[in-house]
Amino acid sequence: MAKDIRMDQQDGQAKTFGDRIMDFFASLFDIYKFIARFCKEAFTAPFEFRETIRQCFNVGYKSLAIITLTGFITGIVFTKQSRPSLSEFGATSWLPSLISIALIRALAPLITALIAAGKIGSNIGAELGSMNVTEQIDAMEVSGTNPFRFLVVSRVLATTFMLPVLMVYAGFIGLMGAFLNVHQNELTSFTTFIHDAFTRISFLDIFASVFKSLAYGFTIGITGCFLGYKASQGTVGVGRAANSTVVASMFLIFIEEMVIVQIVNYMR
Amino acid sequence: MKETISHNKEKVISIENLSKSFGKINVLNEVNLEVYKGENVVVLGRSGSGKSVLIKIISGLIKKDSGHVAVLGKEMESLDSKQLQELRLHIGFSFQGSALYDGMSVRENLEFPLIRNKRNLSKKELTESVEQVLHDVGLLQTIDQMPSELSGGQKKRIGIARTLILKPEIMLYDEPTGGIDPITCVELNNLINKVQEQYNTSSIIITHDLTCAKTTGNRIAMLIDGKIERQGNFDEVFASEDPRIRAFYNYNFITRS
Ligand SMILES: Nc1ncnc2c1ncn2[C@@H]1O[C@H](COP(=O)(O)OP(=O)(O)OP(=O)(O)O)[C@@H](O)[C@H]1O
Ligand SMILES: [Mg+2]
Repeated sequence: MAKDIRMDQQDGQAKTFGDRIMDFFASLFDIYKFIARFCKEAFTAPFEFRETIRQCFNVGYKSLAIITLTGFITGIVFTKQSRPSLSEFGATSWLPSLISIALIRALAPLITALIAAGKIGSNIGAELGSMNVTEQIDAMEVSGTNPFRFLVVSRVLATTFMLPVLMVYAGFIGLMGAFLNVHQNELTSFTTFIHDAFTRISFLDIFASVFKSLAYGFTIGITGCFLGYKASQGTVGVGRAANSTVVASMFLIFIEEMVIVQIVNYMR
Repeated sequence: MKETISHNKEKVISIENLSKSFGKINVLNEVNLEVYKGENVVVLGRSGSGKSVLIKIISGLIKKDSGHVAVLGKEMESLDSKQLQELRLHIGFSFQGSALYDGMSVRENLEFPLIRNKRNLSKKELTESVEQVLHDVGLLQTIDQMPSELSGGQKKRIGIARTLILKPEIMLYDEPTGGIDPITCVELNNLINKVQEQYNTSSIIITHDLTCAKTTGNRIAMLIDGKIERQGNFDEVFASEDPRIRAFYNYNFITRS
């Protein structure tokens, strides 16, 4: 018996580069299957309306305070930091449009997504992970509820639809922060500020940001659910699921950002 | 010791040549087991012998490799997911770790299977059913507590109550007395017997506790090295000369005294 265990360990150590590559593709295939199952179950009846609404509320409620704070601070700080370079050219009147372009095109979606990844993604990973290792998911399944629909589909839909909402909110709060600062320094009135802020914003900008947020929301939801649903090895696995959800979804968010920016620039 | 149930009644669970491996580990190897109506069958075996795997296959949580499993006359393999879900409503599963939903109170835990499966119950009917099963397991006072506020034994009983609320015909108990003090064990054993009588269930009870086996089982089956090695009533099983069964018997009483 003891000998068997030792040999097993050696087997483990002897994991070659080839084995690792195989593992990598095996988990890619798992992710693919998970997403395919999501698509299948999300678009067929019976729908979990109530649970989805509850999760939407959860997502919004949990991240509202921190998004308000960071959005506001970002608006102020970005305005403060941009002023010196613009005033060199006597162009501080460009501040509103500069800030709104930066906020709406890039900052609001990114801030929202990163905060949601940290706050909501980790929460989903930990919640589903602990439900998994304590057999609560199995318990749901044997008592006649499809846990994939009830837990996964509702959460992924909630993050996907709530991120654009939160993004718009973060952009608005960021603009308010910027306005306060601009108002203080340049004495710009609110109507002028809003007017200047939106003259340079096109429909494509807003559409691209909403689209980005949808993609980020889906990424956060599906990553958290996937890692939580597959968590193993007791409490250690729960921590790991939460942690890797944050790392993986942030990484994916930046990749998606890069790709989407390229596409939008091409369309512009 | 309980009396054996006559075997000319109908079979509610029938397992033939069931095998299951995980990777290279062969966990179940041609297991044969039957449960007759109204009978409590105790499956005894050491940790890691595949007891949990066995009942998870019966409830369709784990897929078997080969063999036949029929529950309430239905071959598990032939069911689509809807039929499986339907069948599962007749099977109560009490998990090794209780598996209470820890985000929900006791009341919500018990309401969950009802709300999900019988959609047009009134608030009053819900409360009545919940209070009835809580009364049956003797824990009515915990109705508004959270699972984290309950002791291990209480959690087990709430877990059993949550499955009873759907009035199952079959109960699968995964180590109902695992990690629980001897006095609470007796209470749980009595509860299992009460459920058998009051709810007319047929059960598989998984344990490595001989007191539990003796008080709750009409029949005992020893699971050793992936096979059912010996079946019968308590005395028949432990009359065996097989050193593995003798060891099981002896160690159980050494650790108890
Ligand atoms: N999902 C799984 N994947 C891989 N191996 C598994 C899985 N489930 C169980 N096993 C393996 O099957 C074997 C039997 O596990 P099982 O949980 O059935 O034991 P048990 O008899 O219930 O033990 P205990 O009394 O400790 O609960 C173990 O070696 C375990 O590692
Ligand atoms: Mg077990």
